[in-house]
Amino acid sequence: MKHLLSIEDLTTEQIHHLLELTDHMVEVSSRPIPKVPALRGKNVVSLFFEDSTRTRTSFDTAAKRLSADTMNFAVSSSSVNKGESLRDTIETISAMGVDAFVIRHKSSGAPQMVTRWTNASIINAGDGWHQHPTQALLDCYTIRTALNRRDGFDGLRIAIVGDIKHSRVARSDVQAFAALGAHVTLVAPPTLLPPSLEGWPVEVSHDLDSLLPDLDVLYLLRVQRERMDDALLPSLHEYSALYGLTAARAARLAPHALVMHPGPMNRGVEMVVDPGELPGSVILNQVTNGVAVRMAVLFWLLGSGSDLKADA
Amino acid sequence: MSNEPRSAAPRVVLSADDVRRAITRIAHEIVERNHGPADLVLIGLQRGGVWLAEALAAVLATIDSEHPVPVGALDVSFHRDDVGLRPIVPGSVTDIPVPLAGRTVVLTDDVLFTGRTVRAALEALNEYGRPRAVQLAVMVDRGHRELPIRPDYVGKNLPTSREEQVAATIEGVTIR
Repeated sequence: MKHLLSIEDLTTEQIHHLLELTDHMVEVSSRPIPKVPALRGKNVVSLFFEDSTRTRTSFDTAAKRLSADTMNFAVSSSSVNKGESLRDTIETISAMGVDAFVIRHKSSGAPQMVTRWTNASIINAGDGWHQHPTQALLDCYTIRTALNRRDGFDGLRIAIVGDIKHSRVARSDVQAFAALGAHVTLVAPPTLLPPSLEGWPVEVSHDLDSLLPDLDVLYLLRVQRERMDDALLPSLHEYSALYGLTAARAARLAPHALVMHPGPMNRGVEMVVDPGELPGSVILNQVTNGVAVRMAVLFWLLGSGSDLKADA
Repeated sequence: MSNEPRSAAPRVVLSADDVRRAITRIAHEIVERNHGPADLVLIGLQRGGVWLAEALAAVLATIDSEHPVPVGALDVSFHRDDVGLRPIVPGSVTDIPVPLAGRTVVLTDDVLFTGRTVRAALEALNEYGRPRAVQLAVMVDRGHRELPIRPDYVGKNLPTSREEQVAATIEGVTIR
């Protein structure tokens, strides 16, 4: 495997393999000195054309724990502002010797395009509405660990609630959860669902309350306030009343049910209750696991020799 | 690895009983060399060496039941000099049960060959603290060292050619 562009590119076996590799990375992260020499001499460059705190920091931490050299490319202070094209940017940085690019871009498919212009591995850290594969992997790892489902998600009931239409997290998660065997329900107002769900391995509901008692995982998406201008929602207040996680709704969840959120959270909108007081909240575990999952991905692409297994 | 056909049946070098006797002897050597099992910790190299650490701990417990010896496991995949050539075996995660500072670590492995795994293990151990001493116990020393590394305790010295494959488990030692 050379690139990680989309969950769709992975077989179920490969997803399992990455999650197993993540176990090793969690152990490395728990050591008194959480750093191993596995990727010594490899150069990992982050190119974020969109804002991000956790994903960028998470990849940076992951690369450093594996002893890779890291370079952060700040788009705001770069020649991109002088009109340099994406292709020229990539080719210029590649010429300095790069083993992997971690790319976030507002255009769906940009990371795929970039693979043509460099020999480096490309890791998609979010492209438009399309994909965010490491988010899906860290979500799978979090569920697998919290519910002790190492062998897969057969029979698990997961609801993803919120702005499905504009969410690369939802697209990636649906594919990953379904590949591992979970039963996924999307919950959203019709305006926030994609025009067509053909081929999506999901059910759709507009009624969160009737689902709550049967869920193993409640996955809340961020309401993208910037979409409010598009008049897709009457008001944040109404969204909150119908789809927000209130104390009353939280009380109807099963005792073992997990509450997840990819961040950043809108308190008072999709998350009305204080997540710190939810026993089932694994939101901070998601962040912690994100580093380990990204270590696994970097190691898999740059250093593992697991091609035997991955490309078999 | 060559694709030459090999003789189908592996040759038995040590039986299960031989292995058991070797473990008993090594356990006594460990106690003798270290003046008792206090402050020892056995760490098996993933994955082939873990069974040996467990078996040695069981015998040590019969020699001195007052000082049970903790058993750990060490995955050296991220410290190898041939990272990128070998896949990582799932489920072989490191587990160091006690702080290593001030203790004597006995590393265990099934077969000692080039010594490169042991080199990686010594480096990996550093990340968990500074042991007082590190010793090495192996079931089989098959020669062909590529680094200045020698075992302290050996079940069986076994002259081999580089192409031969040696397997050492609690069930016995075979070569083919």
